[in-house]
Amino acid sequence: MKERLRNLIAQLGVPRVIIIGFVLALFVIAYSTKLPIGPLFSASLVRVGMNGVLVLAMVPTISAGVGLNFGLPVGVLCGLVGALISMQMDFKGFMGFIMAILFSLPLAVLAGWGYAALLNKVKGQEMMVGTYLGFSSVAGMCIFWLLAPFDNPELVWAIGGQGLRYTLTLDNHFGKVLNRLFQVSFGGLEIPLGLLGFFGLMCLLVHLFFSTKMGLAVKAAGANPRFAQASGIDPDRTRTVGVVLSTVLGAIGIVVYAQSYGFIQLYMAPLMMAFPAVAAILIGGANLQRATIGHVILGTFLFQTLLTTALPVTSRVIQGDISEVARLIISNGMILYALTRGDGRETA
Amino acid sequence: MNTQTSAVSANMSAGLMSIVKKNAVPILFAILSILSVVVAKMNPLFLVNEIITRLARNAFLVLALLIPVSAGLGLNFAIVVGAMAGQVAVIAITHWKIEGLLGFFLAMLGSVPLAVIMGYLVGQVMNRAKGREMITSMVLGFFANGIYQLVFLFLVGTVIPMKNRSMMLPDGVGIRNTVDLFGISRALDNLWRINVAGIRIPLASLLLVVLLCIALHYFMQTRLGQQMRAVGQDINIAAVAGINVDRTRVIAMILSTVLAAWGQLIFLQNISTLNTYNSHEQVGTFAIAALLVGGATARRATIWQALLGVLLFHTLFVVSPSAGQAIIGIPQIGEYFRVFVAYGVIGVALALHAWQARE
Amino acid sequence: MQPGNCLYVGGIRDTVAHVLEMRGINKSFFGTTVLKDVDLAVDAGEIHALVGENGAGKSTLMNILFGMPVIHNTGGYEGQILVDGEQVEIPSPGVAMQLGIGMVHQEFMLMPGFTVTENIKLNREISRPNLLSRIISDKLELLDVSQMGKDSRQALDKLGVDIDHWLPVAGLPVGYMQFVEIAREIDKSQVKALVFDEPTAVLTESEAELFLGAVQRLSEAGLAILFISHRLAEVVAVAHRITVLRDGEVVGRLSQNGVKVERIAEMMVGRQIKRPALPPRTSEPSDDDIILETKNLEVQMPGERLKGLNLAVRRGEILGLGGLAGHGKVAVANGIMGLYPASGSVRIEGRELPLNDPAAALQSRLAFVSEDRRGTGLLLDESIEDNIAFTSMQSQNRFLKGSVPWQGLRVRDGEAIRKQALKTIEELDIRCTGPEQPVRRLSGGNQQKVCLARALTLSPRILFASEPTRGIDVGAKSLVLDLLVKFNRELGMTVVLTSSELAELRMICDRIAIIYQGRLVGILTPDDSDVEFGLMMAGGRVSEVGVG
Repeated sequence: MKERLRNLIAQLGVPRVIIIGFVLALFVIAYSTKLPIGPLFSASLVRVGMNGVLVLAMVPTISAGVGLNFGLPVGVLCGLVGALISMQMDFKGFMGFIMAILFSLPLAVLAGWGYAALLNKVKGQEMMVGTYLGFSSVAGMCIFWLLAPFDNPELVWAIGGQGLRYTLTLDNHFGKVLNRLFQVSFGGLEIPLGLLGFFGLMCLLVHLFFSTKMGLAVKAAGANPRFAQASGIDPDRTRTVGVVLSTVLGAIGIVVYAQSYGFIQLYMAPLMMAFPAVAAILIGGANLQRATIGHVILGTFLFQTLLTTALPVTSRVIQGDISEVARLIISNGMILYALTRGDGRETA
Repeated sequence: MNTQTSAVSANMSAGLMSIVKKNAVPILFAILSILSVVVAKMNPLFLVNEIITRLARNAFLVLALLIPVSAGLGLNFAIVVGAMAGQVAVIAITHWKIEGLLGFFLAMLGSVPLAVIMGYLVGQVMNRAKGREMITSMVLGFFANGIYQLVFLFLVGTVIPMKNRSMMLPDGVGIRNTVDLFGISRALDNLWRINVAGIRIPLASLLLVVLLCIALHYFMQTRLGQQMRAVGQDINIAAVAGINVDRTRVIAMILSTVLAAWGQLIFLQNISTLNTYNSHEQVGTFAIAALLVGGATARRATIWQALLGVLLFHTLFVVSPSAGQAIIGIPQIGEYFRVFVAYGVIGVALALHAWQARE
Repeated sequence: MQPGNCLYVGGIRDTVAHVLEMRGINKSFFGTTVLKDVDLAVDAGEIHALVGENGAGKSTLMNILFGMPVIHNTGGYEGQILVDGEQVEIPSPGVAMQLGIGMVHQEFMLMPGFTVTENIKLNREISRPNLLSRIISDKLELLDVSQMGKDSRQALDKLGVDIDHWLPVAGLPVGYMQFVEIAREIDKSQVKALVFDEPTAVLTESEAELFLGAVQRLSEAGLAILFISHRLAEVVAVAHRITVLRDGEVVGRLSQNGVKVERIAEMMVGRQIKRPALPPRTSEPSDDDIILETKNLEVQMPGERLKGLNLAVRRGEILGLGGLAGHGKVAVANGIMGLYPASGSVRIEGRELPLNDPAAALQSRLAFVSEDRRGTGLLLDESIEDNIAFTSMQSQNRFLKGSVPWQGLRVRDGEAIRKQALKTIEELDIRCTGPEQPVRRLSGGNQQKVCLARALTLSPRILFASEPTRGIDVGAKSLVLDLLVKFNRELGMTVVLTSSELAELRMICDRIAIIYQGRLVGILTPDDSDVEFGLMMAGGRVSEVGVG
């Protein structure tokens, strides 16, 4: 029994065990302090659907051997531009959501391609270069938001300001369209089937992709570029495919996130977008070389449940909102853990 | 040596070209700064004053980056940790109301043990992440920030007993967002300050920077300094030559962290208020960006590049909002532009670093 | 005890102890004996050469001398090491250094960004104490740069080389780097014996000459020198005594007087090999039917450069590629398959093969079993069946299902893959728990069979197999060789076998091409004499060698 427990811990890794324990403890406290568990759980389901696609965006880059995609904001910015175009053209409701994704796709493919070209030149330092490419794109786009030719009064400052607003409400456009789609109540639980279904669909598509010839080539080149080369594959090309796919998922992910949140946040808001997504997939059991859809689902669920339950639960015990601090410590601690684990791979 | 004059002049122009090539980044930023100054039509006296103040305020932090670069650890984003150690000391002396120069020097002294411990831990983490030091140091900075917030928002006043109405939040738990540092305000700057034609020069602060430069210069010529350079060149060869690589790297991180703590103290005494949860956040980014603007890379950085970088980066920092206003009429553009420059210059430098490392 | 004991030239007569002596050294790795009762002694002022084929045990012997971890981690060794007649224990390279034994490495241990002086004095800097260093630590002593420079100059002068000792190492020619490395060793004041491991392998002819002069100077100054080299001509030219190792045993001790290169070559190779009877063919391969021809093929493979190869492969033959490590034989297949940058021309059945394009090579129905089995050869964490099918799927669009306009989006056909896997597992007798087992858990021999299975699945015209028996146990070795013969005889596959083991080349090949310094020196038949093989691998033919 003891042996088996030790094996389980070794397999899951210490930090994952701590996090699972933490989530369980939160629910126990919630139960004993008579917090209603149902809404708490429903809220975390919504958060899973809201963040899931962004976490899923980590899978293609890890599989392609590029590592964690800290440059996720590149995709996020494309998604935001797509959403703004959709709003500018006044698409409403579900149509607005679809058009936002459609408009962002070509941008994301293009941006992802450029991003991949850069990453192929900096092998071994992809994560660091990706991080700062993400940061500087966000800062550079701030100037774009100020000067961009949008004139829909809902988007721009009414008076006394120039350029797009900091926060745009999606109420009149596609706010919550997925959240409300096929939402069912079940034994006191609100389950957003549409939202979760969309996330599931995305997972399925990515899973399918990785069983095609191209997908298998991407994975093989990620695991062992020399092997792939000997099978006639150009690893730079498969890395490009992985990065483009990740960027596209980042764009779709932010549109899903925004509709769920009900707002679009511009300017410096997307700056740290990559970190929670990176942390979530690591919590799910991925490492710098290997990530599966299972890691995405488990990780998103654990991380988001932790965050949604931490606030109401801890506020019963201590004053102040500790969830933001918890998020900082857990997500960065998790990334740190992954970075400092010897993985046998030589980096330059 | 060269008898033909044409050959000499050819040599000279080739030499000039190579100088330009080697210093492309600082030259570009010098041009950018000068253009912005011209466009912004800023009062020159104001500008000079501002730049001297910023030089005295920021140079120490930038210099704290040099040792890890030469020891091969790259750009140390974890100087944020050192800055936090400095802030802990500043909170302590403000709480105990130790004022003036004594307070300042006590804070410097008090930050050392904390910074040494922190630096040791950072060094240990770096040794477990060889080849990924920079991203690890960056994430480590974010992580430490979380711990710092946990301590000063939730533990102070509960687990850590502290009572101080003026520094703490109304409910007695946690430190306020801004803490007035009137006790040590300008303690160092005002120690010895001269005024030349309307330009105020904080000589004491500048002297400290000069002292550090001299100390660093000599340090690199000691046996330890030479060992660090060796480790920075090639870990394997250094190890074969009998150098304790891991220990040397840890020492480099400790020194950098202590210097960062002092640098943050110099910064804070000049600013005179502590933004408890923000003052340290951008320390790493801005110091690193300044160093890179001076022409340094993740593998090579000199004292002169650090000083030149501070000068250029902060000139741009001061004038870019006015330049943005003058060119497009939107001052925010300048603000975003300088953030973009800070991140962009780091991104480009890192990309170049990785590119060269592959060749 | 030592046959050559009283036969040196220019040395001091030795009635006292040897500077360096190894007595009765035995060593085995995992039950395989690699050194058997080896004795070796080097005296002051002597240049002692140690020669032998790859795998003869030279590097193991040196690893023992320097107390390398690889020796302790594999159960240590038997025998004694004596320095100046006293028995010593050498548990680590640091101790060897303290005992005065220096090593000049094959790959340079130099800091490119440091000056010559800084490299010579690396971690042995001269420094002067100051106030701070007295209080805190002697590590804060300031360097005495001018004294460091003087010492370096002295060491370089001893070697008779004229390099500016303030120059950075980065731009120096390769030969000079070697000198810096040697200068570092002789600057260590206590050094008595120096070991050179293949010192001239990377040098040009003129650099090598300069280098040999320097070595002779050092020996005249009283240093004991142990010299490991493949270049037999230079061995004969400078060494006072020569010890020949073969299969872990000393097979000859020669003195300089009257040694012939041929004799050494014969000793190095000399073993009688029984060639098993191979299955007959209906028609023998001949020069009238050439399947592959290279013209001036150059391959930039690190450590194995090929500098212009002209070679014709006959249809249906098994061609062996032999030669010493580092001379470029491995680069032939890697270059043709597009895995390392290549130039020149390769024609397959008269048609030009695009170089540097692995996909094109596969499309021309060439297959490759890499010498780097665990690196290039396998996806270690994937299943046996996926490893077998992968290359065919990617290059021939087999094992895919579904009809979409773009091949890249067709899906893996699990059923077809399983069928092929089961078939080849049986054919090649791969011992495994099933086709889904990850290849990481297979033994070396079975992993190699998976590589062969993948190559077989490609149904190639020409199969390149590089070092297919390296690192697998004896039983598996003959199984792998049998498979190659089977492919050749039953499927008519042309096989190009690259191997460092001459014995196995002579066992199954029709012809054996010997590569020396990146070029073809000649093609031998398996029945040619040992002398001929030995000499050719050392770069010459019997008729051409006149050194003696």
